[in-house]
Parts: sequence; structure tokens; C-alpha cells
Amino acid sequence: MDEPVRIDCQNVEVWYGSKQALHGISIRIPSNRVTALIGPSGCGKSTFLRCLNRMNDLVPGARTRGSILLDGEDILSPATDVVDLRRRVGMVFQRWNPFPKSVFDNVAYGPRIHGIRDKARLAEIVEDALRKASLWDEVKDRLRSSALELSGGQQQRLCIARALAVEPEVLLMDEPASALDPISTARLEDLIGELKERYTIVIVTHNMQQAARVSDYTGFFYMGRLVEYDRTQTIFTSPAQEQTEAYITGRFG
Amino acid sequence: MKPHTSKAFESELERLQQQILRMGALVEKAIEDAMASLVERDGERARGVIARDHEINRYEVEIDERCIELLALRQPAATDLRLIITGLKISTDLERIGDLAVNMSERVLELVDQPPLKPLIDLPRMADAARDMVRRSLDAYVQRDAAAAKAVCESDDVVDRLNDQIFRELLTYMMENPANISRALGLILIARYLERIADHATNISEMVIYLVKGKDIRHTHVPEDPRFC
Repeated sequence: MDEPVRIDCQNVEVWYGSKQALHGISIRIPSNRVTALIGPSGCGKSTFLRCLNRMNDLVPGARTRGSILLDGEDILSPATDVVDLRRRVGMVFQRWNPFPKSVFDNVAYGPRIHGIRDKARLAEIVEDALRKASLWDEVKDRLRSSALELSGGQQQRLCIARALAVEPEVLLMDEPASALDPISTARLEDLIGELKERYTIVIVTHNMQQAARVSDYTGFFYMGRLVEYDRTQTIFTSPAQEQTEAYITGRFG
Repeated sequence: MKPHTSKAFESELERLQQQILRMGALVEKAIEDAMASLVERDGERARGVIARDHEINRYEVEIDERCIELLALRQPAATDLRLIITGLKISTDLERIGDLAVNMSERVLELVDQPPLKPLIDLPRMADAARDMVRRSLDAYVQRDAAAAKAVCESDDVVDRLNDQIFRELLTYMMENPANISRALGLILIARYLERIADHATNISEMVIYLVKGKDIRHTHVPEDPRFC
């Protein structure tokens, strides 16, 4: 791959207690591209995603080995500021989880925690983030209403705005559309296509067709190993590994 | 039809159609140049057609690659699926038309060295008709106009009749004098290539009808018996 690299992973391994969940994952995530991670349930793709902002630290008994370089710095080093890491590498989950607060306060929460108090500045940041998440037009007249009153697709985009408000470099998305209807999914996928101009995106999805539509690079995981990683158009037209071909064509299991 | 929710997909479909139109324009020019080179006895122009064929071939490869990618990555359904399948088939027909224009030009290069056999009236008419069919079939594709496509299929008879006419006339020249045979054969072959070009334009139109109506009408015409025209 001859593109600029944002995250460089070498030999990443994860254990949950005595069970090894990831075996020697080496992968280079390109900047300003969408990288999709696909594979059957339990293959380790979500575990790997969570390594990228050390969310696995929060799982009791989880251990991570290897190196993960974000812009050249190893985020697995004990010296890493994990809070700042999670600002730089934001995450959006399968089930949208806005805070039980207003739309405005959801997006302003992160900047406030980081010390921004000025009202005008906060208003600017909130509007900017909502625009980037393609949600501003729908909520601009109801910023003070509860986030929980929005539709599912809107709440998911609100979670994206919340992540964007703290100016991340990378956005991790764990099955962001699996709870959405087809039209909301299409809008979300369109948004992802726009977001990659500014951010590096890694998305885990069990929906292969979504990976095919939305990503530039695709990594196929199976039983804790990275079986194949290549340009999406190559993976879906002529994959190198038999296992990849079997999974993609539905000749699996 | 409303644009697709995914703007990226919409623009990819638009790009595909633009590529097909550009390929079509190159192909129409090739037919025009091939016939002009015959009429004007211009070997240079004929060689130009032969030299530029690789551009047409390149378009076929690119269009096919794009169609395969769209099928693999976008899981198109209904009209979108038919649009992409049609794109694959149209690129093949256009590439064949390009090859036929090359064949015409090769015959021209042989004919240009010898004195003209006869004034050319029907062959240029045939070329105009064939070129017109190609243009109209691509217009029908872009406009999604099944009626216009059907009209192109019906125009094929005109070209077939001209082909028969030219053949019969040149037959008399060949019977008159063996020295005429090689030139007459050259012209007969050119007429044959034009008749094939018109058939390919008909194929394109049949695909357009499939695209618009979802109905495959290929091979369902009862051919008119030329003896009763």
C-alpha cells in the first residue's frame, strides 16, 4: 500500500484472561480513507477496533501486546495519555448512546470537559460539529430539546457530532448502521464518504455489502487472525485468499 | 427517476454513461472517416481510423472494469442493475463497430491504389444510415427512450435492403469483367461491414429496451423475407 499511513499496527495480540483473541495482527491504516473490518461473529474485528483507542483497557483481564503507532507514537506505551488518545481517536457504537441531555449539551459536553467555557465559542463548535455530521438542518431549531426525542438515525449522527466536537483525527465505528433502516443507513454511508476528507475512518461491519459500498480498504478477520487486507475493489472482485473468497461469496461454514 | 440516496453511487452511474457516450462519439467518427476516406480516396484518413482504434478498445476495457466494480461494490438492483448490464453489453457492441470501421479502412487502402470502379452513391447512403442508427441508439440509451430504440430496430431493414441492392449491382460488374472482381469484392465487403454495424446498433437498441422496460426482446423479430419486399 503506497498511501500515507495514519495507524501502523505491528503484531498486535490480545488476551481475555487465558484466551487469546487476536493473533499477530499487522495492518497499516491509511490516512483519510475508510478501512472496513469484516468477518464472522467472534473473529476479533471489534476487539481489534477497541485496541485502536485502548477501550480494551476497560475490560477486566484484557491484555494487549505489540505496537500501535498513531502518527509514529506507540499508543500502547504506559506513558500514553489515554484520555487524550480517546479524544484523538473517537468512537461511535452500534447502539447510539446520546446522553440524556439536550442536543446542544450532548455536543458541548466534550469541549466543556476540555475546558472551553466561552458561550459563543461553544455555540460555534456545536454548530460546526452538527454540520459536519450532516445533522444541523434537522436540529438547529431544537437544540435545547432532549436528544432522546430524535429518531434513531438522527441520534446516531448526534453521536458522531459529539465525537467530532473534540476534533479527533480518527473515527472508529463499530457497526454504526446495524440498527438503522435502509434510508438512514444510506444517509449514514454518504456521511462517512464525506467525513473521510477530514478524518481517518475505521469501521467494523458484519454487513459485507456495506463494506463494499463504503470503504476504500477492507480487512478480513477470521478466528483472531487477519486473513487478507487490500483495496476494497480487489477484495470484492478477486481476493487472493480462498478463505476470503469463501466468506464473501457466502460459501462459508 | 429520483437520484440515488448515495451521491457517490449517483455520480459513478453518471460517469459510466458519460464514458459510453464518449466511446460512442469515437465510434461514430470512425465510421464517418472510413466512408469519407473511400469517397475521397484518402489513404491517410483510412490509416487514421486504423491507428485510433486502440482508443476505442481502451474505452471498452475501462467501461467493463467500471461495470464490474459497480456490480461488486454497489449491489445494484432493478433499473440500476439493468443499466450496468446494458453498459457491459453496449461497450462490446461499440468495440465491434470500431473494428468494423477498421475493416472498412483496410479495404479502402486496397481500393485506393486502383482506379474507381463506379460512382459511389449507395455506399455513402448506407454509411449515413448506419451512423445515424448508432447515434440514435445511444441517444435512446441516455434518454431511456424505448420508442426511439424501437425505431432504430426498424431502421435496420433499410440498411439490409441497401446491402442487398449494392450486392446485386456489384455482382453484375463482376460478371461483366473479371478485372472488376477485386474492386467489386472490396466494395461488397465494405457494404457487409456497414450492414454489420447497423446490426450492432440494433443490438444496442434492444438492450435499451431491456433497460427501460425490463423486457428482453432479442431474437423475437420475425425477419422480413427479402423476396417479398
